[in-house]
Amino acid sequence: MAERLRADLVLEYPFTRTTGPVIGAFLTGLREGIILGIRRPDGTVLCPPTEYDPETSEPLTELVEVGPQGELESWTWVDPPRSQSPWDQPHGLGLIRLDGADTPMIHGLLVDHPGELFSGMRVVAQWRSERGGHIADLEGFSPQESPGTGQ
Amino acid sequence: MRDIAVVSVAQHQQKALTDTTEVELMVPLINRARGAVGLTQDDIGFTCSGSSDFLAGQAFSFVHTLDAVGAVPPISESHVEMDGAWALYEAWVKLQIGGVDIALVYSYGKSSPGSLRDVLSTQLDPYYLGPLWPDAFSLAALQARLMLESGTVSEQRLAEIAVRSLNGAADNPLAVRSSAGATIDSVLAEAPIADPLRPSDCAASADGGAAVVLAAGDRARELCERPAWIKGIDHRIDPHQPGVRDLTRAPSARKAAAQAGAGDDRLDAAELAAPFSTQEHILEVELGLGPHTPVNASGGALAGHTMMAAGLMRIADAAQQIHDGRADRVLSHAASGLYLQQNLVCVMEGE
Repeated sequence: MAERLRADLVLEYPFTRTTGPVIGAFLTGLREGIILGIRRPDGTVLCPPTEYDPETSEPLTELVEVGPQGELESWTWVDPPRSQSPWDQPHGLGLIRLDGADTPMIHGLLVDHPGELFSGMRVVAQWRSERGGHIADLEGFSPQESPGTGQ
Repeated sequence: MRDIAVVSVAQHQQKALTDTTEVELMVPLINRARGAVGLTQDDIGFTCSGSSDFLAGQAFSFVHTLDAVGAVPPISESHVEMDGAWALYEAWVKLQIGGVDIALVYSYGKSSPGSLRDVLSTQLDPYYLGPLWPDAFSLAALQARLMLESGTVSEQRLAEIAVRSLNGAADNPLAVRSSAGATIDSVLAEAPIADPLRPSDCAASADGGAAVVLAAGDRARELCERPAWIKGIDHRIDPHQPGVRDLTRAPSARKAAAQAGAGDDRLDAAELAAPFSTQEHILEVELGLGPHTPVNASGGALAGHTMMAAGLMRIADAAQQIHDGRADRVLSHAASGLYLQQNLVCVMEGE
């Protein structure tokens, strides 16, 4: 009887992408521990930055540093944490408008209990010590003042 | 412009199609949609489908489902990686171009093998949001809190929308979540699933599919006693990054409705494919639906949300009301992406 042929199958997407002058700059900034936004012609700042103006589609080029503090615009509580997310503990998820930016970004909120979260609270970025130019270089945001106020 | 109508519909939906493949699901549905108007595949000039490889877990998965159509001898065919409402739009354009008088449109989704709220993270941008794997309920909760705290909507109103779906679905065999006895108090008493959203605010995910036959002009009149004529159909999109949008609104839905002529006359029914009560509220406002227009009378997408088919099912539901003579002018809606990023509006009328 003929021997059955066998071969390993590795499912992969063997492509690399360049992240370009805007997203690339943002991710490189994260590696360096700074957060970049981008200025629109009307003077307002988008963070995270986009390559094109969301309304006029004009190319945007003027990167500006924002944060690392900001204000929480909205939040929810994630429990249990999602299995593929960077977080392995229950955590908040928030819309965070960084100081110097006019639009919010979505990221994790590092508190132990949802009772510590409220819209309008001040938060500050927490960095991982090992960073590689990835959105998860930011561990998340934690309360800037002592938690438990403003409830 | 050619007159084009929905002349036949068939749909199926249940909590989980455990032992049924997508092909096995679609064979009877496609046969029903074609057979009800006496057609075989030989009569169909163009076939267009919608589905998602991310749900099937396989590239070009739609090719398998073509077996349900009968693709030999070769047929003129296309596919969109979108809700079937967009496949219907492509078929409508094809019929407008001419040379083809009848089109078959179908779509399906089987999300039960995985966790849809997590799989949906794959539609997010791959740099800023996707790597954080925020689930669909948590993302919707951010929008819900913005709406509640800005006064865009009240908890009471969200509960009314949830109750409307639960009660309306009680007589709908295709709904997977219903409760004739649900009240605003019972919904408000539910513990949040993604604070401030309650389980009844979030669409009950389902497996299923829909098949629709479109026909042009006199062919439509021959095939169907009361065709649902497409008087306007349009789809628009808002920017992808959620931060640059006002999440309490959906400008693309408003624009699509205006382009489709939704406000030109009274509407006897509206079928909206919103996966959250918050988004159903936004749509009612953006589409200009008044108290005289029943919305999602049979429960809508909240009562059963088949990813990739929820929008085509709303078109099928609305067209059926024209076919049956229950309505003269109806609006149906489909959505795609995060926070109602993309919206399609289809207005149909009977003669």
